[in-house]
Amino acid sequence: MRIVVCVKHVPDLQSERAFDAEGRVVRVGGEGTLNELDENALQVAADLVAEQGGEVIAVTVGPAAAADAVRRAFQRGADRGVHVVDDAIAGSDVFGTAVCLAAAIRRLGAEARVDLVLTGMAALDGLTSMLPAALAAELGLPQLTLAARLTLADGVATVRRDLDNATETLTAPLPAVISVTDQINEPAFPSSLGIMAARKKTVEAWSLADLSVDPTAVGAAGARTRVVEATPRPPREHRVLIADDGDAGRRLAEYLIENKLV
Amino acid sequence: MTTMTTLTGPVLVLIDHHAGAVRPPTLELLTLARAAGDVTALWFGDGLDGALPLLAEYGVTSAYQVVIDSPVANAMHLPAVAAEAVAAAVRQSDAALVLLTSTFENKEIGVLLAREIDAGIVVDANGVTVVADGAVETNQSAFAGTWSVRTQITTPRAVVAIKPNSIPAEPAPLSAAPGVVTVTVTPSEDALRTRIVERNERVATGRPELAEAQVVIAGGRGTNGDFSAIEELADLLGAAVGATRVATDEGWIEHTAQIGQTGVTVAPKLYIGVGLSGAVHHTGGMQSSGTIVAVNGDPEAPIFEIADFGIVGDLFTVLPQLSAELRARLG
Repeated sequence: MRIVVCVKHVPDLQSERAFDAEGRVVRVGGEGTLNELDENALQVAADLVAEQGGEVIAVTVGPAAAADAVRRAFQRGADRGVHVVDDAIAGSDVFGTAVCLAAAIRRLGAEARVDLVLTGMAALDGLTSMLPAALAAELGLPQLTLAARLTLADGVATVRRDLDNATETLTAPLPAVISVTDQINEPAFPSSLGIMAARKKTVEAWSLADLSVDPTAVGAAGARTRVVEATPRPPREHRVLIADDGDAGRRLAEYLIENKLV
Repeated sequence: MTTMTTLTGPVLVLIDHHAGAVRPPTLELLTLARAAGDVTALWFGDGLDGALPLLAEYGVTSAYQVVIDSPVANAMHLPAVAAEAVAAAVRQSDAALVLLTSTFENKEIGVLLAREIDAGIVVDANGVTVVADGAVETNQSAFAGTWSVRTQITTPRAVVAIKPNSIPAEPAPLSAAPGVVTVTVTPSEDALRTRIVERNERVATGRPELAEAQVVIAGGRGTNGDFSAIEELADLLGAAVGATRVATDEGWIEHTAQIGQTGVTVAPKLYIGVGLSGAVHHTGGMQSSGTIVAVNGDPEAPIFEIADFGIVGDLFTVLPQLSAELRARLG
């Protein structure tokens, strides 16, 4: 199996997250981390390669600091890592990001067949869950999203997914793009051996020119949406915190009735 | 030069329906759509006739009924097929704006659709307005509800997915039922590479859907698996019951009850969280709620930092007292 895992460098959930004046997410190197759901995707890839042999290639798109996501993927078993990096990429929307990732995956595919493209079901900064489907469309591959279970047999992937109103089992022929949820596995912590091995690996940096991508098709120039304004919300006012000394339930009832909440 | 604040074509609204009934968030979409332009409803599958009076009540002037011409089982539930069908309806109606509710399925349909019709897309929005030159602007919250973001879609066509409980739904009755147009779509071979081999619709619980409920009561580790006090209060208030990942992983409640960044996002008028600490994975899915109430034994629990009304106490005494008091006072 030759598996590409798309990974993303995101602001740490525990850190202060913000937008800059251009409406872009502020990504400070020191406070960034690997998107947690990508750990699930990397674990799926590592398990498949442990079972069937093959290669795991982590691919990311983003500014210089984003290479950190690939290095963390090395610690989690990625054999090789690619960072698509170019000043013209800044401000990309989901379609621009998909164009960049797809170009890198096609180049990898030109070297040898890529059997599977894995992603997390969402990036925990934007949480839109749009990239996997956009990437599949860009690559011309079928997509299986929100996989809570995944099995591969005879060149066909089968996934189970839970939707708002239904549970589904879907199939698609490989190669396919598959996004996974945190139900699919429990990612292992990187081993010290894995961390040592990761230090020896090099992140391959590919520019848009390397990938023959038109710079005006991506980045802010190619984006179909533009943030007009981003403002922090004021903290909640008139907050009440009480210790229960026997009548807290009644006081809460009073509060709910008074504020017409029930 | 005049600036037009109208769209170049109608607003196409994808009607979510389940077991023959229009889902409540769809009525919010219709309310938003009316303010933006002429409203065309898009209906997949059977049952449109029964819904026409409701659609007229919410100002729908015409309705497109999509028929998927394919022998493949569940074809209309495949996002790629659905996206092709919506794209066909957009071309036929010359719609300038497509509105969907922001579910995982619809977001996937939306992004494939947007790619197909060269539209910009915003998902998880709380509002949509038409501004100068007919451009579409959206409002949404970001970073677990701590930021407000206004986004403009810069393409002639726009796709916007709206979160449930974004606005109050308001009827605007039309005297005539909407005219029905049938759109028959033959899916491409590519769209049918993915197949649904099994699909089980969830059985209704009698409670409102978690994502759509006006009141949500959620339990976490502190329940120790005993949700009876939560259920009692939920029954009393007509609330949906949610949980943290710990509670679903422990098997105390089904996985679909998980609120949070990888589960369901809720924004009810009233959220009550009990026996949960308020880890960011959970709060990311509920922080946009109207009023937040928390009950937890640990005064240091981070949930108290975002709660409007916090009680440091034992949920197994506070909740029954709350239920009894509400029952007595509300009758």
